[in-house]
Amino acid sequence: MNEQELQHIRADFPILKEKIYNKDLIYFDNGATTQKPRCVVEKIEQGYYHLNANIHRGVHYLSQKATEAHEAARTTVADFLHADHREEIVFTRGTTEAINLVATSFGEAFCKSGDEIIVSVMEHHSNIVPWQMLCERKGLKLQVIPMNVQGELDLDVYKSLLNERTKIVSIAHVSNVLGTINPVKEMIQSAHALNIPVMIDGAQAVPHIPVNVMELDADFYVFSAHKIYGPTGIGVLYGKSSWLNAIPPYQGGGEMISTVTFEKTTYNELPFKFEAGTPDYIGSTALAEALRYVQTIGLEKIAAHEYELLTYATNRLLEIENMRIIGTAKHKSSVISFLVGNIHPYDLGMLLDKLGIAVRTGHHCAQPLIDSLEIPGTVRASFAFYNTKQEIDIFIEALKRVVTMLS
Amino acid sequence: MTINELQDEIIEEFSQFDDWMDKYALLIDLGNSLEPLDNKYKTPQNIIEGCQSRVWLNAEYNNGMVTYQGESDAVLVKGIVSLLIQVLTSHSPDEILNTELYFIDKTGLKEHLSPTRSNGLLAMIKQMKMYALAFKSVDN
Repeated sequence: MNEQELQHIRADFPILKEKIYNKDLIYFDNGATTQKPRCVVEKIEQGYYHLNANIHRGVHYLSQKATEAHEAARTTVADFLHADHREEIVFTRGTTEAINLVATSFGEAFCKSGDEIIVSVMEHHSNIVPWQMLCERKGLKLQVIPMNVQGELDLDVYKSLLNERTKIVSIAHVSNVLGTINPVKEMIQSAHALNIPVMIDGAQAVPHIPVNVMELDADFYVFSAHKIYGPTGIGVLYGKSSWLNAIPPYQGGGEMISTVTFEKTTYNELPFKFEAGTPDYIGSTALAEALRYVQTIGLEKIAAHEYELLTYATNRLLEIENMRIIGTAKHKSSVISFLVGNIHPYDLGMLLDKLGIAVRTGHHCAQPLIDSLEIPGTVRASFAFYNTKQEIDIFIEALKRVVTMLS
Repeated sequence: MTINELQDEIIEEFSQFDDWMDKYALLIDLGNSLEPLDNKYKTPQNIIEGCQSRVWLNAEYNNGMVTYQGESDAVLVKGIVSLLIQVLTSHSPDEILNTELYFIDKTGLKEHLSPTRSNGLLAMIKQMKMYALAFKSVDN
């Protein structure tokens, strides 16, 4: 990405011009949420101003138009993930709800006492707790794939954990703390050899790397719109239609039914079976707009620029004495967790904030991972394609100043 | 000095700095000079677990006065712990319970108390008042 292109892109994100404590905002918290390009915000505004009517039921003009836009958004998402059928795309409130949906409905249909579920040590709480709840409900056992010191999953242990009691594997495509890109294709193959389905938490992957669910052969793939420049409150569950047809609905209500009598209710077909209540049809169109925006720039180009930022920032961080980078996997996305000497991450984060730099500190909703590393948390800088090397330079100078203050 | 006089003194001290970094440098100094809490007080009962950092708090009651001791694993939090101790220690339970703590707001350090920061400070202030309440009930 050349300088001109980059400036052009940055101009699409009005928030990047904000001043924080009279300093230019440097936003390195993209792993938590990304900023929104103007076209996405305008899509939301246009939706409410010109296209607002409840979908799927109305015979009137606006309802028809809103329905068309919502369903077109579903097609855009299906194309983005390279899904086979658009009915395999279910809109949820986000990654968390999508995982809860699968844990609940899949668990209901296929799991019984004594069965096992496999996750990894580097999962976000949202890919741990729903499974723990299922385990408690039905008497299952949660098996955890360990990792090496670089932050790469131990695939030998993983393979040894797979057995006839394993009902499902659920793992992050990319770790939100370490940035590790997990070899999910290989992991899916291993599970499929024993007819075990796999769910991939793609929240940290879709904004950064091209994803093809058919090629991965993922049974379920989930992500959130707000992490890929879209609005908050909407996310996606991709599921192979064979699985989605085989598991019961998650929530009951309008939209998800075919016929209702007090004696018996029949459920609607896919994907509506899983979309109880009025869906976020404004959010879905804004998500589709975000995906188009990303595709216009091109995920290959985005990945290349972010890789450059990752390499540059890693090298510059290592200039600092007692720098400890947490997560040094061979395949990494643009996330750097670090600690400096014995300085508490909270102190680093608070002082960087005062210099206009937004980073995340703490356990990043991955407490088991942080505990396993025996650290109090990390400072995490996570980059997006609108970030620049100049911003990294300012960040490094600020970090040096802050480290001196705290040493 | 009364609790409010002590609070005003701190507000005065912080108001001499315009730049955030200077205020924070002062806070770091305060944190670093806080007497470390004896390990015997770093018990599970005395810990106030935050999402970001941890705070330990111990309190004693002698001759009608409350004495607080505390520590944190983050130095900025320790700085605020130090200020809280400075303000509330050596006062009666009644004084502690009846005084509003306004200095954190007025020094611009309020963001550390935001529930989303989850650094244990908000819970620590509550705990300090709880100790005062408990000591008061012993008196009665």
